[in-house]
Amino acid sequence: MSVETAPMQVLSSRAIARQRRVRSTKRFVEAFAQHKSGVLGVVMLLVFVVLGLLAPVLFPAEMIEPINTVNNPRMASPSAEFWLGTDELGRSVLALLVWAIRPSLIVGISASIIAMILGTLLGISSGHFRNWFGALCERLTDWFLVIPFLPLVIVLAAVFGQQGDWILIVVLGITAWPGTARLVRAQTLSVEGRPYIERAKVLGNSDWKQMSRHVLPNVMPLVIANTTLTVAIVILSQTTLAFIGLTDPNSVNWGSMLDNASASGAPLRGAWWYLLPPGICVILVVLAFTLIGRALEVVLNPRLGSE
Amino acid sequence: MSEPAEAIAADVGSDPALERRVRDTRRAGGLGRFILRRSLTGLGTLLFVLAFNFVLFQLLPGDPAARYRGVRDISAEAIAKLREELNAPLWDQFINYIKDPLSLDALSTFSGESVWSTIFGSLWPTVVLLGTATLVATIVGVWIGIKAGWNRGSKFDKASTGVTLLLYATPEFWLGLLLIMLFSTGVGPFPALFPSGTIKDAGIDALSIEGVINIAYHTVLPATALALVYLADYSLIMRASIVDELGQDYLTTARAKGLMDYQIRRRHAVPNASLPTITLIFLSFGFIIGGAITVETVFSYPGLGLLSVEAIGTQDLPLLQALFLFTSAAVILFNIIADVTIALVDPRIRV
Repeated sequence: MSVETAPMQVLSSRAIARQRRVRSTKRFVEAFAQHKSGVLGVVMLLVFVVLGLLAPVLFPAEMIEPINTVNNPRMASPSAEFWLGTDELGRSVLALLVWAIRPSLIVGISASIIAMILGTLLGISSGHFRNWFGALCERLTDWFLVIPFLPLVIVLAAVFGQQGDWILIVVLGITAWPGTARLVRAQTLSVEGRPYIERAKVLGNSDWKQMSRHVLPNVMPLVIANTTLTVAIVILSQTTLAFIGLTDPNSVNWGSMLDNASASGAPLRGAWWYLLPPGICVILVVLAFTLIGRALEVVLNPRLGSE
Repeated sequence: MSEPAEAIAADVGSDPALERRVRDTRRAGGLGRFILRRSLTGLGTLLFVLAFNFVLFQLLPGDPAARYRGVRDISAEAIAKLREELNAPLWDQFINYIKDPLSLDALSTFSGESVWSTIFGSLWPTVVLLGTATLVATIVGVWIGIKAGWNRGSKFDKASTGVTLLLYATPEFWLGLLLIMLFSTGVGPFPALFPSGTIKDAGIDALSIEGVINIAYHTVLPATALALVYLADYSLIMRASIVDELGQDYLTTARAKGLMDYQIRRRHAVPNASLPTITLIFLSFGFIIGGAITVETVFSYPGLGLLSVEAIGTQDLPLLQALFLFTSAAVILFNIIADVTIALVDPRIRV
């Protein structure tokens, strides 16, 4: 009898957990692959990531330094040498475009991670604590939810000044969390009603342990889907801020490219090669994150069902 | 009126959940009460924004009074008074601030004029622009959403969802730049149809018939840019709410009664699905204000958005803060209006 059960006992609990994790990852990948638009988003994003990583190889950094481009034609239309023409300083638009991928993705993802952490902490706290602290977290979320996003970011950016990308990350991060917090709060409330949380409470687990071991894993899938959608919004906001001149003037990004294009009269000269590509890049990256986020929402949240 | 509820409450005794429900039912009493309660919450939010504004002012680096250097006709006494106020202990500053939270006499550091009169002077172009854009976006967006949601999976649904997702990802100011290039400058086959820059030609009275036409003419392009981006939001929401209603029993009943498809759609599905969309249109007001900032800049449309960007350029912080306060108050007000409208239409919300 014991001989038959022996192979089961060989597996430690850790190995079983690992097996289960591998299985659920596989199931997740299969479910995600069902969503053609989500897969398309992943492919689009990968193309941008690879191009962004290859930027120094494809276009050496000297190429986009204005001091090296004085002899190039200015605001020239596309040619064999400059596939997407040049800007008002004679720099290749294509090179600028590829170099601009990094700040967009880095700022977008880092700010969204800050927003994710803040939103999850405040959301779980406001759902878990039934005292003044929970109420405070809930109020804070409601207040920030109402404050208009862009005017708030503008005031913050104006106060903190143009001190480089990291300040932009912090400003965008501390303004983008309330949506996540509200979602997490709703999910926390529904999780807290389940019996196993009561069991954890009765067994004397601390608040921190209840929240981190029992509530957090249940909230995480939704948070990840939501954060992917936040990245899209943050990248749009970052482009807007750069366009109105609130980011580091030395950083090359799509918003500042459009700002320069607009300031140097590209719309009036009909310089479509300078005006179209940065906007299209923003649209593609934002669309990629939106498509991935929507697919994740459906895969990770079975309640959404058919839609 | 409240006696039966009281009696029930006494009966219920120690069951807190039931007790709460009884209390809520009593509280649901009237719409007036709901509006009052909602306004008080709004007021709380406004107080938070005010406190936030105070903290922001404290974070400012450097000598705030020195910012008025650029203003020619500001008196030395005014600067001295400002210095004195700024050198007061933090607590006194906060008391002063609470006494006059809106800083009614604050001056722009660029023009030296009162910030509030500057804001109210630039208000009407923004109202014209946002009003037009929201109206167009609502009508077109809701129409697309209904048509796509009702015929889920159809060619129209797939095409419109694709286009709206694209528009959703588009920065509105970039769309504005494109519109200027296509229809204002005129490229290739596109003729220069519409003007860009300013809201009306100089020397025309805004209130005359000619003035209104002139303003409309100048508003076409910026309003189109804004409307295109926001109709994406509205149509995606309307589509989702229609799809939510599709499986409901009352639609099956309506169908069993032998109603025509368009009758079911117009009389039964759409009114129910409109509720979340209406709320969202009001709630998205904060985002539309953000859009107005960049679109007005691109078109040099002289509203609050252009004013904000100019204030950033001149580092005019008192004006920026007043603008922030003003837009926050407007958004809070629109939130209250949204909640009250929904409560009027749907009594379930009043609890």
